[in-house]
Amino acid sequence: MELVKVGMSGTMESSDINIIIGPSEAGVIEIDLQSSVEKQFGRQIRKVIEDVLKKHGVTSATVKAVDKGAIDYVIKARTEAALYRAADRTDYIWEE
Amino acid sequence: MPKLRRTMMFIPGNNPAMITDGHLYGSDSIMFDLEDATSLKEKDSARFLVYNALRTIDYGKTETVVRINGLDTPFGREDIKAMVKARVDVIRLPKTDTPEDVIEVDKIITEVEEANGIEVGTTKMMAAIESPLGIINAYKIATASKRLIAIALGAEDFVTNMKTNRSPEGVELIAARSQLLLAARAAGIYALDTVYSDVNNIEGFLEEVRLIKQMGFDGKSVIHPKQIGLVHKVYEPTEKEIRHAIRVVHGIKEAERKGSGVISVDGKMVDGPIVDRAYRVIELAKATGVLKDGDLIG
Repeated sequence: MELVKVGMSGTMESSDINIIIGPSEAGVIEIDLQSSVEKQFGRQIRKVIEDVLKKHGVTSATVKAVDKGAIDYVIKARTEAALYRAADRTDYIWEE
Repeated sequence: MPKLRRTMMFIPGNNPAMITDGHLYGSDSIMFDLEDATSLKEKDSARFLVYNALRTIDYGKTETVVRINGLDTPFGREDIKAMVKARVDVIRLPKTDTPEDVIEVDKIITEVEEANGIEVGTTKMMAAIESPLGIINAYKIATASKRLIAIALGAEDFVTNMKTNRSPEGVELIAARSQLLLAARAAGIYALDTVYSDVNNIEGFLEEVRLIKQMGFDGKSVIHPKQIGLVHKVYEPTEKEIRHAIRVVHGIKEAERKGSGVISVDGKMVDGPIVDRAYRVIELAKATGVLKDGDLIG
């Protein structure tokens, strides 16, 4: 999936995560994460974001994430929504 | 035993905290709202959120319902696709005016089920009726699809269409509630009442719940956790009703053992409708914890 603009999803409310994804020429996924639970869950949050991007064939992107205590399914949902917006696509894939 | 649908709590479709915890308050059903409670700009985000929640969270015995956007919007069709694949229990169609509205959604659900190896008919439907035309067509709507488990009244749009507003006594809803109930009962599906928006008016809320219970509604939509227990309390049978119900059930089991058709309990003849009511009383009593399974042995 090719990123063509900046896409954002999620809020700053408790239990949510705000994710902003943009195109990048760096050839890597750069994640700037702010979270009050970074020490304990930072690695896991980054992994969920990266997994979603890689699954959609994205290997180069900038991601800014502000976490307010989101659990995995929320991180996944917000990353997917931000990604589709950044790719300016609506051909969603809903898995069984 | 029939499923209880005394309470269906509305949960905004773009709110992770409530989507994660909404079922913990004990309502019989929870309804994630992709329609009015989700802003136009966040329809895609909310859809991803509810889809992932349904695939991840174990909602246990709580029935999951998603209110989709209408098919006259750019979102309705995609909502159905995502929610059927996420295995939601029930899809709620808003603003149902005609049986064709139901048939069209049913058709799309069938397409998605067939394309994904899901047994056709797995996904149930509920239709919200929110207009005079919908009320006039209530029976046709209620019988438009085998997937339909309930019709529900949406009062806010309805009273606006009727050129009036909601009052504490609810006189403006008498005709709509009556017609909706008749349609649901004639079709053999559930009838669910509308929300009561003033969450701080406990007495007004209770009065409305007592009214709709007496009318025959199976339950009510709620918008705040504190309304759940209040509805369940109103629907809780009295001790006298429970004792009578137990005697009826014991009596009918005894009659079945003996092979006799008609029985009498407390000097009164017991027939089919009374037995049905007794089972419903027992189910309601069990749901509120005043009766345990063991209490029926004997």
